[in-house]
Amino acid sequence: MLKKFASYITYDLLSLSKDSRIADALNFFIYDTLKIFLLLSVIIFTISVIRSYFPPEKTKKILSHKKEFIGNILAALLGIVTPFCSCSAVPLFIGFIEAGVPLGVTFSFLISSPMVNEVAIVLLWGLFGWKVTAIYIGTGLFVAIFAGLIIGKLRLEKWVEDYVYKIHVGVGRETARPTFRERLEGARWNTADILKKVWLYIIIAIGIGGFIHGYVPQDFLTHYAGRENPFAVPVAVAIGVPLYSNAAGVIPIVYALMEKGMSMGTVLAFMMAVTALSLPEMIILRKVLKLPLLGVFAGIMTITIIAVGYLFNAIL
Amino acid sequence: MMDIKVLGPGCSNCHKMEELARTAIKELGIEAKVEKISEIQEIMKYTMSTPGLVVNGKLKHSGKPLPTIDKVKLMIQEEAL
Repeated sequence: MLKKFASYITYDLLSLSKDSRIADALNFFIYDTLKIFLLLSVIIFTISVIRSYFPPEKTKKILSHKKEFIGNILAALLGIVTPFCSCSAVPLFIGFIEAGVPLGVTFSFLISSPMVNEVAIVLLWGLFGWKVTAIYIGTGLFVAIFAGLIIGKLRLEKWVEDYVYKIHVGVGRETARPTFRERLEGARWNTADILKKVWLYIIIAIGIGGFIHGYVPQDFLTHYAGRENPFAVPVAVAIGVPLYSNAAGVIPIVYALMEKGMSMGTVLAFMMAVTALSLPEMIILRKVLKLPLLGVFAGIMTITIIAVGYLFNAIL
Repeated sequence: MMDIKVLGPGCSNCHKMEELARTAIKELGIEAKVEKISEIQEIMKYTMSTPGLVVNGKLKHSGKPLPTIDKVKLMIQEEAL
């Protein structure tokens, strides 16, 4: 239905010729924009309702004094459903540590949370289909669990800023459990809030994607970013790290790049580097982590992400 | 006079929380001091999920999503009695 609508606008309303590149690009743009925004609204709303059942305080309680491994797996999974404001990363970190959540388990949570989020899920699903989405979620969880496990095994607690251990957290939320109606209201607020934040990026990104789609030849990138080039993955990761973690802006462009020959593993590695390993996040985390730990964290993440990239280039 | 604290290191949601609090007291016609707390140690006394709202020393809201303006009014009124 959306496809028909997009074709109707392109070919009938604007009466562009079916073979022209501009028509092709416009058709792609209209169709993708509609599809993405529809998916975004529905999925963000649904996830927001689910999330209202997992406030950070509850997650903290579940994870506190959990054994490593089981704890890491749980933390990575809870990272998907626990809502938290990006500015909460530091207080959350302190709260977790103070409640006896092991350091590595805390990291598993902090890694999976930004990487496997609703915007990334929607965009991947809308543009690449459910298989790629499932692969992304699966590898994202794996990276979070694995990196957290290693950090836990290395016993790096001494490299957490000393003041973190001295803080005592207040009792937390005393307010009553929200009613179902309030959960829906909150979800609606959250959906509007996210859409307001990302709509422009998405339109611009889809626009660029549409342009690439219509004007750049199909195998343009195969030579540079195809699976034959062994440097494609590390280069993609190196480009991804300084970029800020806006999945909304990056995925539609990545989609177009993939269409032009960038291989799947490289795409996955790039996305993970952008979302889970961003410079602004490092700067925030520096408040609670001493430099060596921050370095170890970045190092483990980089190596794991690059490995994931190579792996998928090899098997997909 | 009531004492209202908005907890948050300073992201856009924390600003929105502050705006909500200010609008609420204005519409309620209540005299209150609205204070922004961005010091991490201070925030942690109440909660670990920001943005937070503290009315007369009591934590009334924490984390995402933000409450509606009607709820914020209610939270303030509850403590005003």
